[in-house]
Amino acid sequence: MLKILVIGATSLIAQETIRHFAADGAEFFLVGLSADKLKMIQDDLLVRGAKQVSTYELDLTRLDKHQELVDTAMETLGVIDAVLVAHGTLTDQKAAEQNVDITLRELNINFLSAVSLLTILANIFEEQKRGVIAVISSVAGDRGRGSNYVYGTAMGAKSIFLQGLRNRLAKSNVTVLTVKPGFVDTPMTAHLKKNPLYSDPRRVGKAIYDAMKSERDILYVPFFWMFIMMIIRNIPERIFKKLSL
Amino acid sequence: MKRYESWTRQPKVNHQTIVPLHWRDELPDLSQFDKLVLPFGLGRSYGDSCLNEHGILLDVTGLNQFIAFDEETGILRCEGGVSIEEILKMIVPRGWFVPVTAGTKYVSVGGAIANDVHGKNHHTAGTFGCHIPQFELWRSDRGRVICSPTENKELYEATIGGLGLTGVILWADIQLKRIPTPFIDMECIKFRTIDEFFDLSEDSHERYHYTVSWVDCLAQEPQLGRGLFTRGNFYDPPLGAKKEPRALPMIPMPIDLPSYAVNPLTVKLFNELYYNKQLRKKIGGVIHYNPFFYPLDAINDWYKVYGKAGFLQYQFVIPYKETREPIKEIFRRIAKSGQGSPLVVFKTFGDIKSPGMLSFPRPGVTLALDFAFRGEKTLKLLDELDRIVFENGGALYPAKDARMSGASFRASYPRWEEFADYMDPKFSSSFWRRVTSS
Repeated sequence: MLKILVIGATSLIAQETIRHFAADGAEFFLVGLSADKLKMIQDDLLVRGAKQVSTYELDLTRLDKHQELVDTAMETLGVIDAVLVAHGTLTDQKAAEQNVDITLRELNINFLSAVSLLTILANIFEEQKRGVIAVISSVAGDRGRGSNYVYGTAMGAKSIFLQGLRNRLAKSNVTVLTVKPGFVDTPMTAHLKKNPLYSDPRRVGKAIYDAMKSERDILYVPFFWMFIMMIIRNIPERIFKKLSL
Repeated sequence: MKRYESWTRQPKVNHQTIVPLHWRDELPDLSQFDKLVLPFGLGRSYGDSCLNEHGILLDVTGLNQFIAFDEETGILRCEGGVSIEEILKMIVPRGWFVPVTAGTKYVSVGGAIANDVHGKNHHTAGTFGCHIPQFELWRSDRGRVICSPTENKELYEATIGGLGLTGVILWADIQLKRIPTPFIDMECIKFRTIDEFFDLSEDSHERYHYTVSWVDCLAQEPQLGRGLFTRGNFYDPPLGAKKEPRALPMIPMPIDLPSYAVNPLTVKLFNELYYNKQLRKKIGGVIHYNPFFYPLDAINDWYKVYGKAGFLQYQFVIPYKETREPIKEIFRRIAKSGQGSPLVVFKTFGDIKSPGMLSFPRPGVTLALDFAFRGEKTLKLLDELDRIVFENGGALYPAKDARMSGASFRASYPRWEEFADYMDPKFSSSFWRRVTSS
């Protein structure tokens, strides 16, 4: 049965993804900030059919703790068949523009912490010559926009890092999946006004599960975001810079 | 994007805000809101009981975690926003089923309790609320409150069938039932008159856990109330037989609706064909639980066949033990009016009492049907039917109502004042304001 390390397990998208693996009887090592919430997810996964669920409380911006985290996960699971990296925050762009500490903190949470973890994990996967590394990025990383470029920078950088990692690990038969969700109706976006482009986290979770099983490289979810972003990426900069996006 | 409207999309109302709930340990302080609130689940109520005009809706579908499942006792504990569909996906492969189910599996556990839903096994199992040993409420005035038949008994009874007005159902225990296979061994029997229906009902109730009928609402005397009687039990294969029978592709309910407007001519034609789809008096076979319990779930947004004007759903219960005349009179009126769609559900309720103060099912016979909305004409017919229902000690189902008068509600739900004492002072709904004000 699959053994899965889940980073940022309390993310709603992560939960909706791993529920499907639980029904398959997978074994989990969940990492998150809140012990209470991890316990609730643990109970949920066990009822759904998970074979075993361990939890690990950690503030993921503590980069110095990452090696210990991965070591503990390896010790507990024995082997890691798949990792899902799903932690992150939606940056308050206006606040970040006024305060460099906020900007750097956001880049740390949304990009550097992923780089740190993936650097450690990549070597494990490279050595075992199999497995799936799935990381949640965002369509926001496909092009910088005035309304959210700090978050976008972290996501874009993450996507490029994953591209490189994929290129490196393809030789070792390891799948690196970059997930680029569009707007998803989750606690992270609870304060934003909803529009018809918002999608149901259940649908997003199922799509990520399917993509991990079929070892995809890049997943836009829902799929129509691929076309939206294709257009957005191709607008000439001299026009794009004048748009309010 | 999720729509916050009722299943019929009528009446159209605006809500001030939608507040999504996600974690049961991280709930908003309900007393901080300046407007009244109402929990909203999957929006399968037909009328205004799931709406709260100008108020706040608490979207509870984010409360969708399982908490515990004891495979020895069959008690499942899950959050109030979990849907019956999710539960079935998890429990059926392990040999369990929900104790009672409505005609759609896209309802939340909280909604099933708040409407005290019933199903084809009402005569043997009662309502959904009869199988809930305990649950926890989140209230604006008392915080978390555990309710069971022995703890906060009155609040427990008020919440079952309480239309979401007593607080948010955070989680509930459900007593599941064991099943030998996911298949139903069923029979479908033609009846030519309504008296034959009652005979069949009587004859079936001891031997069949599930019974339900379809009626041709346009048939007049001498065939008044003709239809098809479906009865079944979970398929228990005889020793040595294969666990997975060859399931018949048989559909016990009329779902083959024409996709163009429903009008008296098409309905008449459809009913004629549907009634005669089986030439023999009785057919039988084994069928998967999905088409047996949830034929309409196979068609998304089936209500769209009614066009822009939409439809009204009407469901009542009326006693029949002393006299069958009132139910016959209702069928006469509907047939004469030429209104009514092919989607009809007809069934006798048993006498298992629900703990719910405002529970709808009571001993009698229940009829649920759709009416394509044709303005005054439709309303006038329903007023006539109301009169017969209420004069004969019947009641309408709040989950399917957007029009009964306050006086009728109060007369047919005599415990409403007692119930009001257990409501959360911060909770209200369009339905509740309507039936308590006029």
